[in-house]
Amino acid sequence: MKRASTYLFLVVGSLIFSVPFLWTVSTALKSSEEYAKSPARLIPEQPDFSNFLKAWTALPFPTFVFNTVFITVVCTIAQVLTGSLVAYGFSRFNFRFRNVFFVVLLATMMLPSQVTQIPVFLVWRKLHAIDTFFPLVVPAFFGGGAFNIFLLRQFFLTIPRELDEAAMIDGAGYLRIWWRVLMPLSGPAIASVALFSFLGHWDSFEAPLIYLNSPEKYTVSIGLRMFQDTFGSNFEQVMAASLVHILPTIVLFFVCQRYFLKGITLSGMGGK
Amino acid sequence: MKRSLKQREGWWGFLFICPWLIGFLIFTAGPMISSFVLSLYKYDLADANFVGGENYRRLLEQDPLFWKSLTNTVLYAIFTVPLGIAGSLAIAILLNQKVRGVRLFRTLFYLPSMVPAVASALVWQWVFNADNGILNQALGWFGLPNIEWLQNEKFTLWAFVMMSLWGIGGQRMVIFLAGLQGIPESYYEAATLDGATGIQQFRFITLPSLSPVMLFNLVLGIIGAFQVFTSAYVMTNGGPNNASLFYSLYIFRNAFQYFKMGKASALAWILFLILLGLTLIQMRLSKRWVHYEGETR
Repeated sequence: MKRASTYLFLVVGSLIFSVPFLWTVSTALKSSEEYAKSPARLIPEQPDFSNFLKAWTALPFPTFVFNTVFITVVCTIAQVLTGSLVAYGFSRFNFRFRNVFFVVLLATMMLPSQVTQIPVFLVWRKLHAIDTFFPLVVPAFFGGGAFNIFLLRQFFLTIPRELDEAAMIDGAGYLRIWWRVLMPLSGPAIASVALFSFLGHWDSFEAPLIYLNSPEKYTVSIGLRMFQDTFGSNFEQVMAASLVHILPTIVLFFVCQRYFLKGITLSGMGGK
Repeated sequence: MKRSLKQREGWWGFLFICPWLIGFLIFTAGPMISSFVLSLYKYDLADANFVGGENYRRLLEQDPLFWKSLTNTVLYAIFTVPLGIAGSLAIAILLNQKVRGVRLFRTLFYLPSMVPAVASALVWQWVFNADNGILNQALGWFGLPNIEWLQNEKFTLWAFVMMSLWGIGGQRMVIFLAGLQGIPESYYEAATLDGATGIQQFRFITLPSLSPVMLFNLVLGIIGAFQVFTSAYVMTNGGPNNASLFYSLYIFRNAFQYFKMGKASALAWILFLILLGLTLIQMRLSKRWVHYEGETR
């Protein structure tokens, strides 16, 4: 009885959650003629892939993808490297005000970005960096966000210190210990941080909207918004363009599923 | 000798956290102070004039859009945060049952949270489409009339609430799931032996054990709800008749469309103070309902 109702809720719930996806795919596969018909069918009479071609060529989407991949890759690498250095500092060393700094770090997680956005924008403007990738990329080189640092630090704490000490007796310096001992042992945590960082930048909308002006610098999310402005009433094409934006994240999810569903637990976040 | 070695070690630690510390000073602490100073000026990128508390006074006394955007945002938070937490907890509990195919269901619930914000807004714009959207078609099957979700200001906020619930199977749910899996099976076994019902077990074992996770989700959930931006910008651009003008959108407009940097900074500081207040109140209240393991009460 209990099992049956669990199944009922799971099936009905996941069906409802899947409807917007199915609706998107179904619309994207409809020809313009079929799209105009009412009531709309969930399964297209004649699947038509031309919307993807139209969406891909109507605006310079290859350029948008290239820009986004560039920003995303640079930021992800920078966040993993600097974030793990900071986490190393917090997890392995005693120094004055360490705990104060750590509390401040955690507190920044709760700070709404709107409070810092405007002065940061004005500084980039002074530096003539508006409409370049610098404002989007440079912040990633400063530790890569409180959450990432926290996650890596929690993971580093689970690695026995004896390993550091053994390496030190072998003559390794601190940087070497970080790179040769801690990093290779932190695969799952690094993978989680890299994934969240990648998704965050792939998804990012407000920052590119504020900083990028010329279409040849646009990211996919801004390009998609521009596509909506231009072809907004042709939802079959807008849905095809949206799928171009969605698909990489879904593929990434299936490739790295276990990191998404476990990454957070291994830092003890889920516990107490 | 020993002391100086300790000191040297300390310097290394300090050196390693420097990337964050420098970033914190440049991108967080500095800008926070400057945005407060800026909020006391009238600044349109050309001329800056000191006006003291004038920006704040005008917002509070003469700006109906400020109150409109604040009301919209508060209403949005009041509905999305509790519904979101209850929903993601419910999904986590379902997924914590030992049933076949649980991996598939977990994936199906999780995937919507992976959809990039702009794409998600476009998908939902189409779901809510008044003539041909799937939601109105579904209502039609039950003989209900079409609703202009995004054109009729009476329904717009509800559309945004509905849309936000699509993401409840994401990280928040995973955090709950991890919390559930951390509760020792023996608690439930003991309770069953004592004759506790399922509801009693939920009330007296599950909820207290999850309370720290609940607090985390609640604090970050409220902060997130107050910052809703992309969906409103893309789906309705604040309309109709400002029914979806959320607070962050209003800041964005003032700062980056009207270039009223002083006013926008004052808006941002009001947001900051509201969120700080709400967070402190929750921390204070949490002492009454959050149980930490190993704590005697």
